[in-house]
Amino acid sequence: MAGTTSSPDALNKDRRVRHGERPGLRRTGRVLPALRFTVLVVGALLALVPFYYMIIGALQKERDTSVLGLLPLQRNLTLDNFAGVNESIDLLRSLLNSLIMTAGVVGCTLVFGLLVGYALSVLSFRGQGLVFALVLLVQAIPFQLLMIPLYVMVVRYFNLADNYLGMILPFAVNSVAVLIFRQYFLQIPRDVFDAARIDGASELRILRSIAVPLVRPAVLTAMLVTFIGPWNEFLWPFLVTKDATMQPLAVSLANFSQANSTFQANPMGAVLAGACVLAVPAVVLFLLFQRHFTSANLGSAIKG
Amino acid sequence: MTTLHDEDVRSPARATATRGPRQGRPDPRGRRLQRWLGEHPLGLLLSTPYAAFVVVVFLVPFGFGVWMSFHDFFFTAPGVQVPHPFVGLENFRQVLADPVVRQAFGNLLVFGLINIPLTVVLGLLLSSGLDAVVHWKGFFRVSYYIPYVTASVATLAVWIFMFNGGGVVNKLLGGLAPEPTWLANPSLIMPLIAVYVTWKNLGFYVLLYLAALQNVPKELHEAAEMDGAGTWRRFRTVTLPAVRPVTSLVVLLCIITTGQIFTEPYLLTGGGPNGASMTPALLMYQKGIQQGQPDIAAAIGLILVIAVMAVSLASRRLTERKG
Repeated sequence: MAGTTSSPDALNKDRRVRHGERPGLRRTGRVLPALRFTVLVVGALLALVPFYYMIIGALQKERDTSVLGLLPLQRNLTLDNFAGVNESIDLLRSLLNSLIMTAGVVGCTLVFGLLVGYALSVLSFRGQGLVFALVLLVQAIPFQLLMIPLYVMVVRYFNLADNYLGMILPFAVNSVAVLIFRQYFLQIPRDVFDAARIDGASELRILRSIAVPLVRPAVLTAMLVTFIGPWNEFLWPFLVTKDATMQPLAVSLANFSQANSTFQANPMGAVLAGACVLAVPAVVLFLLFQRHFTSANLGSAIKG
Repeated sequence: MTTLHDEDVRSPARATATRGPRQGRPDPRGRRLQRWLGEHPLGLLLSTPYAAFVVVVFLVPFGFGVWMSFHDFFFTAPGVQVPHPFVGLENFRQVLADPVVRQAFGNLLVFGLINIPLTVVLGLLLSSGLDAVVHWKGFFRVSYYIPYVTASVATLAVWIFMFNGGGVVNKLLGGLAPEPTWLANPSLIMPLIAVYVTWKNLGFYVLLYLAALQNVPKELHEAAEMDGAGTWRRFRTVTLPAVRPVTSLVVLLCIITTGQIFTEPYLLTGGGPNGASMTPALLMYQKGIQQGQPDIAAAIGLILVIAVMAVSLASRRLTERKG
């Protein structure tokens, strides 16, 4: 093997020389990486420019859509838009609502994910197959089918409109977290658990003192994968909250942008200021933990 | 020490139990219960809350939605009992006869035909670039992913700012700016929404592709290069087949997303102009909740889900047969 690894290069060189292709290949050898880099830079620019423009637009005193307005011009910069949007929607209150909803969803997701993931991977009991089928079913049933009946149930029958419980309910069972935890537990050798059993630990004790500490990295992964969803969610909280003091920021901001508030000095700027407030927590958390957003983690969430 | 002793005693008992109750004397009652529950009854305890939740939040509404679509269902004042007569396929007949519904499904088709190829091509392009590049890898990865983690409500606000009548995009285009402008143009609004959704979700798909690309054995590329295959040839004969399962998954996820388009038309246009950006999900909201016809909305939902499933199955056949 060691002998053959050196030969392709030699052979290649030989062939290039024979065909007189060497200069040509050299050129593609330099052009291709440059082209690749350009494509990647253009992609990054296209991804980021709207965010830059979000910030610029939020800071503009007067709406300036000219090409020059793309630059942060000193005379047109202000923080008034943030105060403006705060007059129309109580930013702190909305942020708090978003936070409560997100925390509720993430909390339920973690508890359910940990318990069911543990039960499915380490324990064996009657109905295990059925539970796993339910986990996969949650993935398979599309939300459009549930939207109307769930709305009727939650708002009309359970009376949970304008209620945090009503907002959290449909997202509380998240099978992605179950699958992440199951995957982690499966990687832990069974001997670890068997040893604890032989030492006389009860099953609950094993869960608390052995399983949970061992899968601490999975807790972080599951949190990061699930927090984005409820924080950014618009449709469901929009359906079940009519009371402005209960609306998460995504909903109150959307209503504000639909209302065309003409009394604002710069309505578009105010909307963009609100957009910044909504975007910043998610983006900052992502940037802080971005190395955890690896394809491996995402992959485990999808492949199951 | 006592538990160790316990364990020793219990294991042979369990072993005989699995062999069948006819051998030896019958087990005490507790043992039999344990045998029925399985080795760790705790698992049942841990799973029950979750299972109950799934039933309440998924299975019951699922059944309720299907039931609703075959009955005459309408909202009443709380506490009032009214009959909801079975109407058979009447709701579906109404839905299918409604030109607005047909237009909404047609719009999804336009959306998918733009969004899916664009996502696959750009996802492959950026991820294979990312796989080969040496510098700034982390920066690129993070940039592509940022739109994905940001709320649609926030990013759509910027897109409105950029694409409305006097927006910067039209200023940049000058005389080439479309007339009527993007958001008011019936033939441009759905493509614009498709491009927006592609932009927003691309980072996620790039990461999926990147994982697959990193698993392609280097030897395959080396062998192909040795046989004289150029970059393009190697991409076509080595990379593409290797990432086919991911492409299949990406297409599937795109189809599912297509069925869910709601926030974009709701915030950008409200479904206009003249229904040009209406989608089934938005229509379900308007009919079911605004106009008080949840039975019609449930029927649209059922048709939508069946359509999405049919297209998904067809795409799986298609993407897997190629191999």
